[in-house]
Amino acid sequence: MLKTARGLCAWLLGFAVMLSSSWVLAEEAEQLKFNMTRGVTPVSQDIHGLHMLMFWWCVGIGVVVFGIMFFSMFVHRKSRGVKPANFHESTALELTWTAIPFAILIAMGIPASKSLIELYDTSESEVDVLITGYQWRWKYEVLGEDVSFFSNLSTPRDEIDGFAEKNPNYLLEVDEPLVLPVGKKIRFIVTANDVIHNWWVPDFGVKRDAIPGFTNDSWAVIEEPGVYRGQCAELCGKDHGFMPIVVEAKSDAEYRAWLDEKKAAAAALAELTEKTFTFDELYAKGEEVYNRSCAACHQANGEGVPGAFPSLKEGISVGPIQNHIDVVVNGVPGTAMQAFGEQLSEVDIAAVVTYERNAWGNNMGDLAQPLDIYNHKQGK
Amino acid sequence: MAHGPAKGITRWLYTTNHKDIGSMYLWFSFAMFFLGGIFALVIRAELFQPGLQIVEPNFFNQMTTMHGLVMVFGAVMPAFVGLANWMIPMQIGAPDMALPRMNNWSFWILPFAFAMLSSTLFMEGGAPNFGWTFYAPLSTTYAPPSVTFFIFAVHIMGASSIMGAINIIATIMNMRAPGMTYMKMPLFVWTWLITAFLLIAVMPVLAGVVTMMLMDIHFGTSFFDAAGGGDPVLFQHVFWFFGHPEVYIMILPAFGIVSAIIPTFARKPLFGYSSMVYATAAIAFLSFVVWAHHMFTVGLPIAGELFFMWATMLIAVPTGVKIFNWVATMFKGAMTFETPMLFSIAFVILFTIGGFSGLMLAIAPADFQYHDTYFVVAHFHYVLVPGAIFSITAGVYYWLPKWCGNMYNETMGKMHFWLAFIGLNVTFFPMHFSGLAGMPRRIPDYNMMFADWNMISSVGAFLFGAAQVMFLYNIIATIVSGKKATDEVWENPEGLEWTVPSPAPYHTFETPPEYK
Repeated sequence: MLKTARGLCAWLLGFAVMLSSSWVLAEEAEQLKFNMTRGVTPVSQDIHGLHMLMFWWCVGIGVVVFGIMFFSMFVHRKSRGVKPANFHESTALELTWTAIPFAILIAMGIPASKSLIELYDTSESEVDVLITGYQWRWKYEVLGEDVSFFSNLSTPRDEIDGFAEKNPNYLLEVDEPLVLPVGKKIRFIVTANDVIHNWWVPDFGVKRDAIPGFTNDSWAVIEEPGVYRGQCAELCGKDHGFMPIVVEAKSDAEYRAWLDEKKAAAAALAELTEKTFTFDELYAKGEEVYNRSCAACHQANGEGVPGAFPSLKEGISVGPIQNHIDVVVNGVPGTAMQAFGEQLSEVDIAAVVTYERNAWGNNMGDLAQPLDIYNHKQGK
Repeated sequence: MAHGPAKGITRWLYTTNHKDIGSMYLWFSFAMFFLGGIFALVIRAELFQPGLQIVEPNFFNQMTTMHGLVMVFGAVMPAFVGLANWMIPMQIGAPDMALPRMNNWSFWILPFAFAMLSSTLFMEGGAPNFGWTFYAPLSTTYAPPSVTFFIFAVHIMGASSIMGAINIIATIMNMRAPGMTYMKMPLFVWTWLITAFLLIAVMPVLAGVVTMMLMDIHFGTSFFDAAGGGDPVLFQHVFWFFGHPEVYIMILPAFGIVSAIIPTFARKPLFGYSSMVYATAAIAFLSFVVWAHHMFTVGLPIAGELFFMWATMLIAVPTGVKIFNWVATMFKGAMTFETPMLFSIAFVILFTIGGFSGLMLAIAPADFQYHDTYFVVAHFHYVLVPGAIFSITAGVYYWLPKWCGNMYNETMGKMHFWLAFIGLNVTFFPMHFSGLAGMPRRIPDYNMMFADWNMISSVGAFLFGAAQVMFLYNIIATIVSGKKATDEVWENPEGLEWTVPSPAPYHTFETPPEYK
C-alpha cells in the first residue's frame, strides 16, 4: 500500500512545488502532444483521416446545437422579461432531426467501412512475424527464418523509483527491439501465453488482442525507416504498464544483417550450453537474470508477495534442486508461475537457479550447470 | 388517520415505507460515491507525475477495479433506485411501492454486498485487481483468492437490482392514479420503466458470467480457458451483453430527471413528449445489439465488425432526438438558472460531448487507435459523470425541498455547481489528449510525453472531490437549518409530487388523486 510515509511527504511537497511552478511547463508546450499520430503505414494514415473527418463532423454539429442552446440561454431568460411560448410538438421537426443525423451517419459510415475492409486484408504478406504476449514481455518469432527472442523492458528500476533521472524513452525502451524491413507487407500474427495482452504500435495503426489459445492477425507496410514505440493495451496484471514494444524499421539489407546476427547469437548460446561454469560466474549472471525475469513477482529481496507470489527465501529454493529446476523450466500450471523453459536459455536458467539457492541468506551451496537444465528438458 | 414512522433504529431496519427506503438508498449511494471517489483520488495521486511514488502497481490495479465497481454498482445504480423509490409513487399518485417488503429486502442486502467487496482490500493477495470488466483468464486462473468474494458480492448486487426492478415495474403497471395513462406518465417514470426491463434482462446474464468464472476457478470447468477447450473471448461476449445495456441503465433514468427539470425552469412544457418516449425505447432496444463494439480489437470477423459499427452509429439517432428536444424545450422559454437547471444544462452539453466521442469510437477502424486508451476513459467519464452524477445531483437539488421541507442555500448550490463543472472538465478533457497521444488506460506509470495532461487531470480530480464535500455539507445544512420551502417549491412545476405538502407526509396519496 503506502510505500513509505516519506514517499507521501515527498509527493505532497512535490505537489505544492509543481502547482506553484506549473506554468513553467508552458516552455515545454511544443512537446505537448494532443492528437492522434498520422503514422507511417497506409492503414494508420487512413485511420488518421477518418479520425479528423469524424472530429470535424462533431465540431460542426456541436457548433449548431450548442449555438442554438447558448443563443436561447442568453435571449430567452426570465430576467429579460420574456414571456414563455407554449409550443411543445412538431412532427415535421422531429422527422427532420431524425432524417438529417441519419444521412450524416451514412456519410460517416461509408469511408469507415472501406477502411475497415482494407485493414482486414492480411493476404500476400512478405514477412510474417509471430508475436506472443507473456506476463510481462513480448516474444517475437520471424517465421521461416528461425529467429526467435524475448523483448523486455530495459528502463532501470532506479528511474521508475525516482532515484535516477528519467531518460526520454522512459518505459518505452526494450533490451531487444524487433527489426523490420521498410516497404514490405508485414503480417503480424498475435497470440498470448497466459492472459490477454494487446500489441499496439500507434504509428502502424496496428492494435490486436493477443489471446491465449487463439491467433489474430494484422498487417503494415512501413513507409519510413525509424524507431517506433508502443505499449501493451490490455490490462494483463501487475506489470501491464511495463511491457513496451519497440520496432526498428530499416532497409532490407540492414534487416537481413540483423537476422544473421540473431542467428549467430543463437548458435553461440547453444555452444555455451556445453560449457561448465564456476559458481561465481553463475551467481553473477543469475542475479542479472533474476532481476530481469523474476523480481517483478518474487521481488528483489526474494520474499515475494504474501497471497500472490511465493517467497523464494523458503520453499523451492531450499528444497531438492531437481524440483527447483522443474518449477522454473515447466512452471506451475494454474498459477502465475510460467514455464520459463522456453523463455530463458539453459545458461540463464542454470544461473538463476544457482542464484536463488544462494542469495538473500540462502546458503544451499549447490549449483546447476546448463547441461543439467538441458538434460532435464530432455527428460533425463 | 395516518400513523407516523416508528422510533429508533428499527424504523430503518423494518421499514416498508418507500420514502424511508428511498432515503436509505440515497445515503448509501452517497457513501459509496465518496468511497469510490477516494479510490479515484489514489489513482490520480499516483498519476500526478511519472514514476511510482505512492502505490505499487498491483495496488494501483486494485484501485482502478474497485473504483469502477463501487461507482457503477454502489453509487450510480442505488442512487437511481433511491430516486425511483421516493419519486415514482409520488409522481403516479400511489401510496407506496407495490411490493414494500421486498423493497426493504432489496435495500438491506446491499450494505452487506459492499462490506464484503470492500473487505477484500484487507485480504491476503489483495482486492480484485483485474479491472471492473474482469476479463478472463486474468480474473480466473490469474486472479487473487479474493475473487470468490467478489463473485458472491456481484450476485447479491444483482439480486438486489432484480428485486428493485420487479418492484418498479409492478408499481408502475398497477398503481397509477385514475386518469394517468401510459402516455401521460412523467418521463422519469417512463425511463425507469424501460430501465427496469433492461435490468431484468441483463442482471441474470451478469450472474451467469460470474458463475461460469466460479466454476472455472473452483470446479475444474474450462469455459474461459483455451487449454481446456474454452474461449477467453466468450467471457467478453457474455460480459458485454450485460455491460452495454448496463451503461444505458445508468443513463436512461438521467434522461427522465433532466426532462422534468428543464421544462420547470424554462417555464415551458417539454418539447416532443411522445418522441422522447419512443427514443428511450429505441435506445433500450439498440443497447442489446451493439455489445461487441467494446471488442473491435479481439479479432471479430469483418461481417461482425461492420454490423456492430453500423448498429452503434445508429444509436446516435434517438440520442440526437432527445438532445434536440431538450434544446427545443429551452428555446423561447423564460429561463432562470437555479442549481438544478445549471446541472441539467451542463448535463445536456457535456453528455453531448461524450456522445461525440462515442460516435468517433463507433468507427471501427478508428477504434483500433482509440481502444483501451485514455480517449476511452475520457469518453465514458464524459457520459457517466455529467450523465449519471450530474443528473442525480440535479434531481437531489430539485426534489430535496419536497423531501425534507427545507430550501437549500442557492449560493452554495451554485458554488458547488461551478466547482464541480470546472473540476470535471479539468479532469476529463485532457484525457482525450493523453489518449490520442497514445497513453493506454490502467497503467500506473507513463512516459514524460503524457506528463502534462496527467498533472492537469490530477489537479482537476482533487477539485472535483472538494466540490462533492461541499455538496454533502449543503445537503446536511439544508436538512438541519434550511429555510422552510413552499409546497410548490418552484414556479408552477408540473407533476403530482408538487401537490402534496412540503415536507411530503410519511404517507401520501392514501386515496388516489384524480389525474386530469
